Amino acid sequence: MPDLGLSVLLKGKNFARILGGLGVALKISLVSVAISLLLGTLLGILMTWKNPLSRAILRLYLEFIRIMPQMVLLFLVYFGTTRAFGWNLSGELSSVIVFSLWGTAEMSDLVRGALTSIPAHQYESAAALGLSKRQSYFFVVLPQAVRRLIPLSINLITRMIKTTSLVLMIGVVEVLKVAQQIIEANRMSSPNAAFGIYLTVLLLYFFACWPISLLAKYLERRWR
Amino acid sequence: MNWTVIRQYLPLYRKAAGLTVRIGLLGIAAAILIGLFCTAVQRSRIPVFRQLVSAYIELSRNTPLLVQLFFLYYGLPKIGVPTNAVACGIAGLAFLGGSYMAEAFRSGVEAIDIIQEESAYSLGLSRGQTLRYVIFPQAFSVSVPAFVANVIFLLKETSVFSAISLMDLMFTAKDLIGLYYKTTESLFLLVVFYLLILLPISLLGTLLERRTRHAGFGT
Repeated sequence: MPDLGLSVLLKGKNFARILGGLGVALKISLVSVAISLLLGTLLGILMTWKNPLSRAILRLYLEFIRIMPQMVLLFLVYFGTTRAFGWNLSGELSSVIVFSLWGTAEMSDLVRGALTSIPAHQYESAAALGLSKRQSYFFVVLPQAVRRLIPLSINLITRMIKTTSLVLMIGVVEVLKVAQQIIEANRMSSPNAAFGIYLTVLLLYFFACWPISLLAKYLERRWR
Repeated sequence: MNWTVIRQYLPLYRKAAGLTVRIGLLGIAAAILIGLFCTAVQRSRIPVFRQLVSAYIELSRNTPLLVQLFFLYYGLPKIGVPTNAVACGIAGLAFLGGSYMAEAFRSGVEAIDIIQEESAYSLGLSRGQTLRYVIFPQAFSVSVPAFVANVIFLLKETSVFSAISLMDLMFTAKDLIGLYYKTTESLFLLVVFYLLILLPISLLGTLLERRTRHAGFGT
């Protein structure tokens, strides 16, 4: 039976290199996740305001970011800004910018959805009980909204981790690129390594995202 | 912005957009079939198949399409499975989309109270009739928003096909930037063409959601 990549994987530091590549991908996604959760929450709250101008601007931002494939956004930031402003952004920085823009848009919509899903009678009952506006926000609305929000935002995290695989296309050396390099380097000794190596990458992504998805599912069920 | 350049590029982009849409639609159609099949298997509760379907759904939902495509396109030929880029693109999209569609359909089916089914039977409807006249119309209207979101999501995902050298919009843009350095024009056309493909579908989806919402039934 020809070698399908297992021996290549165990040769030298190859597996450690692949894990390092996954680390690069995860680092980009986690930095973007942190920024997105923060900014997304802020924008989401802004979106529930009644000011028509801020609403229109946020809506436009949200719709544009959401309808464009993330890959197009990556190209716009990575190649477009170089041309338009002469910036020389590194691949990592461009991807953090893009995923933060995208994650913020998605997160703000989740926050808006969670806040508006609290029925009006909750606000009214809180007012009837004599709670001030701030009190009703902190003690009545937020606890309920957060419960709806947390499973959804955990799901967003897995989506962002998966989307990070795209950074390969703007030249960031992450797990897929490392896998490509390893396969190329061993092309003579084991020409069939691509099967095993790419399968390993697939499984690595799976084991990075699966526990997070399970957590989201569990919380969703528990807090329903 | 140079309009002559844009006019020159237009046919290239039009061709690429055709490919994007064609592969996208074929992949989505296959994904719908896989989704229906998975939902049917999960509802039928056949022991081993049900676990297999669950494993498939978890695997496909927790891995990126790009990595799936790399495995399909560069990995599978090594164990003797012949592949080509178009087939891989469609298969990858179907593999990814199948699980998303299955989840959308499942949420629709699960939203229907068991009492609906029981009432249909007690009214003398057969199993097939119950499915066709009672379960399906209700499940459909519940699934529509998730379904529309999935269609848009999958069409967007087609942008990674350039990685397996399919000449789609992304590929064309990257190619033209590399060849002629007309970055602004290339990116402008890229955005315009994706908007042309995705905006109508997004609007149609909103319309469809609105039209099917009237099938209200309790809460």
